[in-house]
Amino acid sequence: MAELGTVLGQQLAPGDAVCLVGPLGAGKTTFTRGLARGLEIRGEVTSPTFVIARRHRGLRVDLLHCDAYRISSPDEFADLDLDTDEAVTVVEWGQSVMAEISDSWLEVAIDRSSSHDEGTRQVTVCGRGDRWTATQLDLLIAAFRRVIS
Amino acid sequence: MPDEPLVLGIETSCDETAVGIVAGHRLLANTIASSADEHARFGGIVPEVASRAHLEAMVPTLQRACKTAGISLPDLDAIAVTAGPGLAGALVVGVSAAKSLGLALGKPVYGVNHLASHVAVDGLSGSPVPEPAAALLVSGGHSSLLAVTDLVDDIVPLGATIDDAAGEAFDKVARLLGLPFPGGPHIDEVAQGGDPSAIDFPRGLTGGRDLQRHRYDFSFSGLKTAVARWVEQCRAEGRQVPVADVAASFQEAVADVLVRKAVMLCSEQGFDHLILGGGVAANSRLRSLAEQKCEGAGVRLRIPAPGLCTDNGAMVAALGSLAVSRGAQPSEDDFPAESSLPVDVALMS
Repeated sequence: MAELGTVLGQQLAPGDAVCLVGPLGAGKTTFTRGLARGLEIRGEVTSPTFVIARRHRGLRVDLLHCDAYRISSPDEFADLDLDTDEAVTVVEWGQSVMAEISDSWLEVAIDRSSSHDEGTRQVTVCGRGDRWTATQLDLLIAAFRRVIS
Repeated sequence: MPDEPLVLGIETSCDETAVGIVAGHRLLANTIASSADEHARFGGIVPEVASRAHLEAMVPTLQRACKTAGISLPDLDAIAVTAGPGLAGALVVGVSAAKSLGLALGKPVYGVNHLASHVAVDGLSGSPVPEPAAALLVSGGHSSLLAVTDLVDDIVPLGATIDDAAGEAFDKVARLLGLPFPGGPHIDEVAQGGDPSAIDFPRGLTGGRDLQRHRYDFSFSGLKTAVARWVEQCRAEGRQVPVADVAASFQEAVADVLVRKAVMLCSEQGFDHLILGGGVAANSRLRSLAEQKCEGAGVRLRIPAPGLCTDNGAMVAALGSLAVSRGAQPSEDDFPAESSLPVDVALMS
Protein backbone atom coordinates (compact mmCIF):
# COMPACT_ATOMS: atom_id res chain seq x y z
CA MET A 1 0.00 0.00 0.00
CA ALA A 2 2.85 2.38 0.88
CA GLU A 3 4.49 1.69 -2.49
CA LEU A 4 1.31 2.74 -4.32
CA GLY A 5 1.28 5.93 -2.28
CA THR A 6 4.87 6.66 -3.29
CA VAL A 7 4.01 6.27 -6.98
CA LEU A 8 1.16 8.74 -6.61
CA GLY A 9 3.20 11.13 -4.47
CA GLN A 10 5.85 11.44 -7.17
CA GLN A 11 3.19 12.78 -9.56
CA LEU A 12 1.62 15.40 -7.27
CA ALA A 13 2.21 19.15 -7.25
CA PRO A 14 1.24 22.07 -4.94
CA GLY A 15 -2.53 22.56 -4.88
CA ASP A 16 -3.31 18.91 -5.60
CA ALA A 17 -5.80 17.15 -3.35
CA VAL A 18 -6.41 13.47 -2.69
CA CYS A 19 -9.41 11.97 -0.93
CA LEU A 20 -8.83 8.59 0.75
CA VAL A 21 -11.84 6.35 1.26
CA GLY A 22 -11.92 3.03 3.10
CA PRO A 23 -12.84 1.39 6.42
CA LEU A 24 -10.78 1.49 9.64
CA GLY A 25 -7.55 -0.37 9.07
CA ALA A 26 -7.77 -0.37 5.26
CA GLY A 27 -4.36 1.26 4.97
CA LYS A 28 -5.16 4.95 4.45
CA THR A 29 -2.43 6.20 6.76
CA THR A 30 0.02 3.64 5.34
CA PHE A 31 -0.83 4.85 1.83
CA THR A 32 -0.24 8.43 2.98
CA ARG A 33 3.10 7.48 4.49
CA GLY A 34 4.21 6.19 1.07
CA LEU A 35 2.77 9.26 -0.62
CA ALA A 36 4.86 11.44 1.71
CA ARG A 37 7.95 9.52 0.62
CA GLY A 38 7.04 10.25 -3.01
CA LEU A 39 6.75 13.94 -2.13
CA GLU A 40 10.12 13.88 -0.32
CA ILE A 41 8.59 14.90 2.99
CA ARG A 42 10.88 14.99 6.01
CA GLY A 43 10.05 13.17 9.24
CA GLU A 44 7.49 10.56 10.24
CA VAL A 45 3.87 10.64 9.10
CA THR A 46 1.71 9.55 12.02
CA SER A 47 -2.06 9.37 12.35
CA PRO A 48 -3.73 12.80 12.12
CA THR A 49 -6.91 11.59 13.82
CA PHE A 50 -6.35 13.30 17.15
CA VAL A 51 -5.36 16.69 15.78
CA ILE A 52 -7.58 16.53 12.63
CA ALA A 53 -4.87 18.06 10.43
CA ARG A 54 -1.09 17.97 10.48
CA ARG A 55 1.31 19.82 8.17
CA HIS A 56 4.56 18.09 7.15
CA ARG A 57 7.39 20.13 5.66
CA GLY A 58 8.96 18.89 2.45
CA LEU A 59 11.85 19.86 0.20
CA ARG A 60 9.62 20.23 -2.84
CA VAL A 61 6.17 20.80 -1.35
CA ASP A 62 4.43 20.49 2.04
CA LEU A 63 1.97 17.72 2.82
CA LEU A 64 -1.23 18.57 4.67
CA HIS A 65 -2.58 15.32 6.13
CA CYS A 66 -6.15 15.49 7.45
CA ASP A 67 -8.65 13.11 9.02
CA ALA A 68 -12.21 14.31 8.45
CA TYR A 69 -13.90 11.42 10.28
CA ARG A 70 -15.02 13.63 13.14
CA ILE A 71 -15.90 16.62 10.96
CA SER A 72 -19.66 16.74 10.77
CA SER A 73 -20.10 19.40 8.08
CA PRO A 74 -18.09 21.09 5.32
CA ASP A 75 -18.42 24.35 7.32
CA GLU A 76 -16.53 22.83 10.23
CA PHE A 77 -13.74 21.87 7.86
CA ALA A 78 -13.65 25.41 6.48
CA ASP A 79 -13.39 26.64 10.10
CA LEU A 80 -10.01 24.96 10.38
CA ASP A 81 -8.76 27.56 7.90
CA LEU A 82 -6.11 25.29 6.38
CA ASP A 83 -3.77 26.74 3.77
CA THR A 84 -4.13 24.15 1.00
CA ASP A 85 -2.97 26.20 -2.01
CA GLU A 86 0.76 25.67 -1.54
CA ALA A 87 0.57 22.10 -0.28
CA VAL A 88 -0.55 18.66 -1.35
CA THR A 89 -3.63 17.88 0.72
CA VAL A 90 -4.58 14.32 1.64
CA VAL A 91 -7.88 13.86 3.45
CA GLU A 92 -8.88 10.55 5.03
CA TRP A 93 -12.67 10.08 5.21
CA GLY A 94 -12.84 13.23 3.08
CA GLN A 95 -15.83 12.58 0.81
CA SER A 96 -18.03 15.33 2.20
CA VAL A 97 -15.40 18.04 2.59
CA MET A 98 -13.29 17.86 -0.59
CA ALA A 99 -15.25 20.61 -2.33
CA GLU A 100 -14.02 22.98 0.42
CA ILE A 101 -10.44 22.35 -0.69
CA SER A 102 -10.51 22.23 -4.47
CA ASP A 103 -12.83 21.95 -7.44
CA SER A 104 -10.82 18.97 -8.63
CA TRP A 105 -9.25 16.05 -6.78
CA LEU A 106 -8.29 12.39 -6.97
CA GLU A 107 -10.31 9.87 -5.01
CA VAL A 108 -8.52 6.70 -3.91
CA ALA A 109 -10.79 4.02 -2.45
CA ILE A 110 -9.14 1.18 -0.55
CA ASP A 111 -11.35 -1.82 0.16
CA ARG A 112 -10.53 -4.51 2.64
CA SER A 113 -13.36 -6.90 1.97
CA SER A 114 -13.37 -9.84 4.36
CA SER A 115 -14.03 -12.16 1.41
CA HIS A 116 -10.53 -11.40 0.15
CA ASP A 117 -7.47 -13.14 1.48
CA GLU A 118 -6.03 -11.63 4.62
CA GLY A 119 -3.96 -8.60 3.69
CA THR A 120 -5.41 -8.24 0.19
CA ARG A 121 -6.71 -4.82 -0.79
CA GLN A 122 -8.68 -3.55 -3.77
CA VAL A 123 -7.75 -0.02 -4.83
CA THR A 124 -9.97 2.14 -7.03
CA VAL A 125 -8.92 5.56 -8.33
CA CYS A 126 -11.33 8.12 -9.66
CA GLY A 127 -10.70 11.68 -10.91
CA ARG A 128 -13.14 14.41 -9.82
CA GLY A 129 -13.12 17.63 -11.86
CA ASP A 130 -10.65 18.31 -14.64
CA ARG A 131 -7.26 17.91 -12.89
CA TRP A 132 -7.07 14.22 -13.81
CA THR A 133 -7.59 13.31 -17.49
CA ALA A 134 -8.44 9.77 -18.56
CA THR A 135 -4.92 9.39 -19.96
CA GLN A 136 -3.30 10.48 -16.70
CA LEU A 137 -5.46 8.02 -14.76
CA ASP A 138 -4.50 5.22 -17.16
CA LEU A 139 -0.83 6.06 -16.66
CA LEU A 140 -1.27 6.11 -12.88
CA ILE A 141 -2.99 2.72 -12.89
CA ALA A 142 -0.26 1.31 -15.14
CA ALA A 143 2.35 2.60 -12.67
CA PHE A 144 0.40 0.99 -9.79
CA ARG A 145 0.40 -2.32 -11.68
CA ARG A 146 4.16 -2.17 -12.19
CA VAL A 147 4.67 -1.76 -8.43
CA ILE A 148 2.39 -4.67 -7.59
CA SER A 149 3.90 -7.13 -10.06
CA MET B 1 11.71 33.27 46.02
CA PRO B 2 9.88 31.49 48.88
CA ASP B 3 10.64 27.81 49.64
CA GLU B 4 7.22 26.82 48.44
CA PRO B 5 6.41 29.03 45.46
CA LEU B 6 2.68 29.53 44.95
CA VAL B 7 2.09 28.77 41.28
CA LEU B 8 -1.05 28.71 39.18
CA GLY B 9 -1.09 26.35 36.19
CA ILE B 10 -3.35 26.59 33.14
CA GLU B 11 -3.92 23.69 30.76
CA THR B 12 -5.96 23.94 27.54
CA SER B 13 -4.01 21.75 25.10
CA CYS B 14 -6.94 19.53 24.22
CA ASP B 15 -10.49 19.27 25.53
CA GLU B 16 -10.06 20.08 29.23
CA THR B 17 -10.07 23.63 30.53
CA ALA B 18 -8.07 23.10 33.68
CA VAL B 19 -6.55 25.28 36.39
CA GLY B 20 -4.36 23.97 39.20
CA ILE B 21 -2.68 25.71 42.10
CA VAL B 22 0.31 24.35 44.02
CA ALA B 23 2.54 25.61 46.82
CA GLY B 24 5.86 23.88 46.14
CA HIS B 25 4.98 20.17 46.12
CA ARG B 26 1.63 20.67 47.81
CA LEU B 27 -1.54 20.50 45.73
CA LEU B 28 -4.02 23.23 46.70
CA ALA B 29 -6.53 23.06 43.84
CA ASN B 30 -7.11 20.99 40.73
CA THR B 31 -10.15 22.31 38.89
CA ILE B 32 -11.35 20.96 35.57
CA ALA B 33 -14.17 22.06 33.29
CA SER B 34 -14.38 19.51 30.52
CA SER B 35 -15.82 19.99 27.07
CA ALA B 36 -15.85 16.21 26.64
CA ASP B 37 -19.64 16.07 26.86
CA GLU B 38 -19.93 18.40 23.93
CA HIS B 39 -17.43 16.25 22.02
CA ALA B 40 -19.09 12.96 22.78
CA ARG B 41 -21.55 13.33 19.95
CA PHE B 42 -18.70 13.80 17.44
CA GLY B 43 -16.82 10.74 18.68
CA GLY B 44 -13.66 12.77 19.17
CA ILE B 45 -12.06 16.10 19.91
CA VAL B 46 -13.08 18.79 17.45
CA PRO B 47 -10.63 21.68 17.66
CA GLU B 48 -13.08 24.50 17.00
CA VAL B 49 -15.53 23.17 19.57
CA ALA B 50 -12.67 22.87 22.03
CA SER B 51 -11.44 26.45 21.54
CA ARG B 52 -14.90 27.95 22.00
CA ALA B 53 -15.52 25.82 25.08
CA HIS B 54 -12.15 26.87 26.56
CA LEU B 55 -13.01 30.54 26.08
CA GLU B 56 -16.31 30.15 27.90
CA ALA B 57 -14.88 28.04 30.72
CA MET B 58 -11.59 29.85 31.40
CA VAL B 59 -12.67 32.58 33.82
CA PRO B 60 -15.15 30.49 35.86
CA THR B 61 -12.59 27.68 36.20
CA LEU B 62 -9.93 30.13 37.32
CA GLN B 63 -12.26 31.60 39.94
CA ARG B 64 -13.25 28.16 41.21
CA ALA B 65 -9.59 27.11 41.56
CA CYS B 66 -8.72 30.23 43.58
CA LYS B 67 -11.70 29.68 45.85
CA THR B 68 -10.78 26.02 46.43
CA ALA B 69 -7.17 26.91 47.21
CA GLY B 70 -8.27 29.80 49.41
CA ILE B 71 -5.98 32.27 47.71
CA SER B 72 -6.42 35.43 45.72
CA LEU B 73 -4.55 36.10 42.50
CA PRO B 74 -2.09 38.72 43.89
CA ASP B 75 -0.78 36.02 46.32
CA LEU B 76 0.73 34.08 43.41
CA ASP B 77 4.49 33.91 42.81
CA ALA B 78 4.21 32.80 39.19
CA ILE B 79 1.89 31.57 36.45
CA ALA B 80 2.55 28.50 34.30
CA VAL B 81 0.70 27.49 31.17
CA THR B 82 0.84 24.69 28.61
CA ALA B 83 2.49 26.18 25.51
CA GLY B 84 2.39 22.90 23.56
CA PRO B 85 2.11 20.35 22.15
CA GLY B 86 -1.63 20.32 21.54
CA LEU B 87 -4.41 21.70 19.37
CA ALA B 88 -3.33 25.15 18.15
CA GLY B 89 -6.65 26.94 18.68
CA ALA B 90 -7.07 25.43 22.13
CA LEU B 91 -3.54 26.24 23.31
CA VAL B 92 -3.92 29.89 22.32
CA VAL B 93 -6.78 30.36 24.80
CA GLY B 94 -4.67 29.20 27.76
CA VAL B 95 -1.55 31.07 26.67
CA SER B 96 -3.51 34.31 26.23
CA ALA B 97 -5.12 33.90 29.63
CA ALA B 98 -1.73 33.29 31.29
CA LYS B 99 -0.11 36.27 29.60
CA SER B 100 -3.01 38.55 30.54
CA LEU B 101 -2.81 37.45 34.18
CA GLY B 102 0.96 37.86 34.21
CA LEU B 103 0.74 41.36 32.79
CA ALA B 104 -2.12 42.48 35.03
CA LEU B 105 -0.58 41.05 38.21
CA GLY B 106 3.08 41.77 37.36
CA LYS B 107 4.00 38.08 37.83
CA PRO B 108 6.42 35.94 35.78
CA VAL B 109 4.87 33.56 33.23
CA TYR B 110 6.35 30.17 32.31
CA GLY B 111 5.24 28.52 29.06
CA VAL B 112 5.72 24.80 29.73
CA ASN B 113 5.63 21.52 27.83
CA HIS B 114 2.50 19.41 28.21
CA LEU B 115 4.42 16.11 28.19
CA ALA B 116 7.01 17.26 30.72
CA SER B 117 4.09 18.36 32.93
CA HIS B 118 2.64 14.83 32.81
CA VAL B 119 5.89 13.66 34.40
CA ALA B 120 6.23 16.59 36.82
CA VAL B 121 2.81 15.89 38.35
CA ASP B 122 4.37 12.84 40.02
CA GLY B 123 6.06 15.32 42.37
CA LEU B 124 2.68 16.12 43.96
CA SER B 125 2.31 12.57 45.29
CA GLY B 126 4.24 13.20 48.50
CA SER B 127 7.86 12.87 47.40
CA PRO B 128 9.86 14.67 44.70
CA VAL B 129 10.04 13.26 41.17
CA PRO B 130 13.02 10.88 41.00
CA GLU B 131 15.65 12.15 38.59
CA PRO B 132 16.90 10.42 36.54
CA ALA B 133 13.89 8.28 35.64
CA ALA B 134 12.28 6.72 32.60
CA ALA B 135 8.77 7.93 31.79
CA LEU B 136 6.02 6.28 29.77
CA LEU B 137 3.46 8.84 28.58
CA VAL B 138 0.34 7.45 26.97
CA SER B 139 -2.74 9.44 25.98
CA GLY B 140 -5.10 10.08 23.08
CA GLY B 141 -2.48 12.11 21.28
CA HIS B 142 0.83 10.73 22.54
CA SER B 143 2.67 7.49 23.26
CA SER B 144 6.25 8.23 24.26
CA LEU B 145 9.13 6.78 26.22
CA LEU B 146 11.36 9.45 27.74
CA ALA B 147 14.65 9.61 29.59
CA VAL B 148 14.19 12.30 32.23
CA THR B 149 17.47 13.48 33.73
CA ASP B 150 16.29 16.95 34.73
CA LEU B 151 12.61 17.80 34.39
CA VAL B 152 13.30 21.44 33.62
CA ASP B 153 16.06 21.09 31.08
CA ASP B 154 17.08 17.54 30.22
CA ILE B 155 14.40 15.29 28.78
CA VAL B 156 15.32 13.03 25.87
CA PRO B 157 12.69 11.21 23.82
CA LEU B 158 13.79 7.60 23.26
CA GLY B 159 10.71 6.26 21.53
CA ALA B 160 7.24 7.16 20.31
CA THR B 161 4.38 5.75 18.30
CA ILE B 162 5.09 5.50 14.59
CA ASP B 163 1.38 5.61 13.72
CA ASP B 164 -1.60 5.75 16.12
CA ALA B 165 -1.32 6.83 19.76
CA ALA B 166 -2.39 4.25 22.37
CA GLY B 167 -5.45 6.27 23.42
CA GLU B 168 -6.42 6.70 19.80
CA ALA B 169 -6.38 2.91 19.37
CA PHE B 170 -8.73 2.67 22.38
CA ASP B 171 -11.05 5.23 20.75
CA LYS B 172 -11.05 3.49 17.39
CA VAL B 173 -11.62 0.01 18.81
CA ALA B 174 -14.42 1.39 20.98
CA ARG B 175 -15.97 2.76 17.80
CA LEU B 176 -15.69 -0.69 16.16
CA LEU B 177 -17.38 -2.30 19.15
CA GLY B 178 -20.14 0.32 19.34
CA LEU B 179 -18.89 1.74 22.66
CA PRO B 180 -19.08 5.51 23.39
CA PHE B 181 -16.28 8.12 23.28
CA PRO B 182 -13.82 8.39 24.95
CA GLY B 183 -13.00 4.73 24.37
CA GLY B 184 -10.52 4.12 27.20
CA PRO B 185 -12.80 4.03 30.26
CA HIS B 186 -15.54 2.12 28.40
CA ILE B 187 -13.17 -0.58 27.13
CA ASP B 188 -11.64 -0.84 30.60
CA GLU B 189 -15.09 -1.38 32.11
CA VAL B 190 -16.36 -3.85 29.51
CA ALA B 191 -13.06 -5.75 29.61
CA GLN B 192 -13.58 -6.56 33.30
CA GLY B 193 -16.06 -9.23 32.20
CA GLY B 194 -13.92 -10.60 29.34
CA ASP B 195 -11.09 -13.06 28.86
CA PRO B 196 -7.82 -11.25 28.02
CA SER B 197 -6.41 -14.42 26.44
CA ALA B 198 -9.50 -15.15 24.31
CA ILE B 199 -7.97 -13.67 21.15
CA ASP B 200 -4.25 -13.43 20.46
CA PHE B 201 -4.04 -9.96 18.93
CA PRO B 202 -0.66 -8.83 17.50
CA ARG B 203 1.97 -7.01 19.56
CA GLY B 204 3.46 -4.41 17.20
CA LEU B 205 7.24 -3.87 16.89
CA THR B 206 8.11 -6.52 19.47
CA GLY B 207 10.05 -9.02 17.39
CA GLY B 208 12.75 -9.52 14.79
CA ARG B 209 13.84 -6.64 12.59
CA ASP B 210 10.97 -4.41 13.75
CA LEU B 211 12.26 -4.60 17.30
CA GLN B 212 15.79 -3.80 16.19
CA ARG B 213 14.77 -0.81 14.11
CA HIS B 214 12.14 0.48 16.55
CA ARG B 215 13.44 -0.70 19.90
CA TYR B 216 11.51 1.83 22.03
CA ASP B 217 8.86 2.81 19.47
CA PHE B 218 5.24 1.71 19.39
CA SER B 219 2.77 0.85 16.63
CA PHE B 220 -0.93 0.40 17.28
CA SER B 221 -2.28 0.67 13.74
CA GLY B 222 -1.78 -3.03 12.95
CA LEU B 223 -3.52 -3.99 16.19
CA LYS B 224 -6.49 -1.79 15.32
CA THR B 225 -6.69 -3.42 11.87
CA ALA B 226 -6.48 -6.89 13.40
CA VAL B 227 -9.39 -6.08 15.74
CA ALA B 228 -11.40 -4.62 12.83
CA ARG B 229 -10.80 -7.72 10.73
CA TRP B 230 -11.66 -10.06 13.59
CA VAL B 231 -14.92 -8.23 14.33
CA GLU B 232 -15.91 -8.09 10.64
CA GLN B 233 -15.22 -11.79 10.22
CA CYS B 234 -17.36 -12.52 13.22
CA ARG B 235 -20.24 -10.47 11.84
CA ALA B 236 -19.84 -11.95 8.35
CA GLU B 237 -20.31 -15.41 9.84
CA GLY B 238 -23.46 -14.22 11.54
CA ARG B 239 -22.01 -14.72 15.03
CA GLN B 240 -22.57 -12.28 17.86
CA VAL B 241 -19.40 -10.28 18.62
CA PRO B 242 -18.11 -11.22 22.10
CA VAL B 243 -17.53 -7.58 23.00
CA ALA B 244 -16.08 -8.23 26.46
CA ASP B 245 -13.53 -10.75 25.15
CA VAL B 246 -12.50 -8.49 22.26
CA ALA B 247 -12.13 -5.51 24.62
CA ALA B 248 -10.12 -7.52 27.17
CA SER B 249 -7.85 -9.11 24.54
CA PHE B 250 -7.24 -5.77 22.83
CA GLN B 251 -6.51 -4.04 26.13
CA GLU B 252 -4.12 -6.85 27.07
CA ALA B 253 -2.21 -6.40 23.79
CA VAL B 254 -1.82 -2.64 24.35
CA ALA B 255 -0.80 -2.97 28.00
CA ASP B 256 1.58 -5.82 27.19
CA VAL B 257 3.50 -3.85 24.55
CA LEU B 258 3.63 -0.62 26.58
CA VAL B 259 4.88 -2.33 29.74
CA ARG B 260 7.26 -4.68 27.94
CA LYS B 261 9.04 -1.82 26.16
CA ALA B 262 9.08 0.48 29.20
CA VAL B 263 10.62 -2.21 31.43
CA MET B 264 13.07 -3.14 28.67
CA LEU B 265 14.17 0.50 28.49
CA CYS B 266 14.69 0.64 32.25
CA SER B 267 16.88 -2.46 32.33
CA GLU B 268 18.84 -1.60 29.19
CA GLN B 269 19.45 2.06 30.06
CA GLY B 270 19.85 1.56 33.79
CA PHE B 271 16.82 3.42 35.14
CA ASP B 272 15.65 2.47 38.65
CA HIS B 273 12.38 4.39 38.39
CA LEU B 274 9.56 4.34 35.86
CA ILE B 275 6.94 7.10 35.89
CA LEU B 276 3.63 6.46 34.14
CA GLY B 277 1.58 9.41 32.91
CA GLY B 278 -1.14 10.51 30.50
CA GLY B 279 -4.82 9.59 30.27
CA VAL B 280 -4.18 5.94 29.34
CA ALA B 281 -2.24 5.54 32.60
CA ALA B 282 -5.68 5.57 34.24
CA ASN B 283 -6.35 2.17 32.58
CA SER B 284 -6.66 -0.47 35.29
CA ARG B 285 -4.98 -3.27 33.33
CA LEU B 286 -2.02 -1.09 32.34
CA ARG B 287 -1.55 -0.13 35.99
CA SER B 288 -1.70 -3.68 37.33
CA LEU B 289 0.52 -5.15 34.61
CA ALA B 290 3.07 -2.34 35.07
CA GLU B 291 3.12 -2.98 38.83
CA GLN B 292 3.66 -6.69 38.30
CA LYS B 293 6.42 -6.39 35.68
CA CYS B 294 8.27 -3.56 37.41
CA GLU B 295 8.37 -5.53 40.63
CA GLY B 296 9.81 -8.50 38.75
CA ALA B 297 12.49 -6.30 37.18
CA GLY B 298 13.39 -4.40 40.35
CA VAL B 299 12.11 -1.09 38.96
CA ARG B 300 10.26 1.35 41.25
CA LEU B 301 6.98 2.26 39.57
CA ARG B 302 5.35 5.63 40.16
CA ILE B 303 1.84 6.34 38.88
CA PRO B 304 0.00 9.54 39.77
CA ALA B 305 -3.57 9.24 41.07
CA PRO B 306 -6.03 8.73 38.17
CA GLY B 307 -7.28 12.34 38.44
CA LEU B 308 -3.73 13.59 37.95
CA CYS B 309 -2.99 11.23 35.00
CA THR B 310 -5.53 12.77 32.66
CA ASP B 311 -4.96 16.35 31.52
CA ASN B 312 -5.11 18.81 34.41
CA GLY B 313 -3.81 22.17 35.59
CA ALA B 314 -2.02 20.88 38.68
CA MET B 315 0.61 19.17 36.53
CA VAL B 316 1.34 22.46 34.77
CA ALA B 317 1.59 24.25 38.11
CA ALA B 318 3.88 21.46 39.39
CA LEU B 319 6.34 21.94 36.53
CA GLY B 320 6.07 25.73 36.90
CA SER B 321 6.85 25.41 40.60
CA LEU B 322 9.95 23.31 39.83
CA ALA B 323 11.07 25.90 37.29
CA VAL B 324 10.70 28.68 39.86
CA SER B 325 12.53 26.85 42.64
CA ARG B 326 15.38 25.89 40.29
CA GLY B 327 15.81 29.50 39.23
CA ALA B 328 14.79 29.02 35.59
CA GLN B 329 14.17 32.16 33.54
CA PRO B 330 10.50 32.98 32.87
CA SER B 331 9.40 32.86 29.22
CA GLU B 332 9.64 35.99 27.06
CA ASP B 333 6.49 38.14 26.90
CA ASP B 334 5.84 37.11 23.32
CA PHE B 335 6.34 33.32 23.58
CA PRO B 336 3.99 31.52 21.19
CA ALA B 337 1.65 28.53 21.54
CA GLU B 338 3.37 25.73 19.61
CA SER B 339 1.12 22.89 18.57
CA SER B 340 4.03 20.57 17.80
CA LEU B 341 6.43 21.62 20.56
CA PRO B 342 9.09 18.89 20.84
CA VAL B 343 9.32 17.10 24.19
CA ASP B 344 12.93 18.14 24.81
CA VAL B 345 11.81 21.76 25.22
CA ALA B 346 10.39 21.67 28.75
CA LEU B 347 10.24 25.47 29.14
CA MET B 348 9.67 28.12 26.47
CA SER B 349 12.46 30.68 26.35
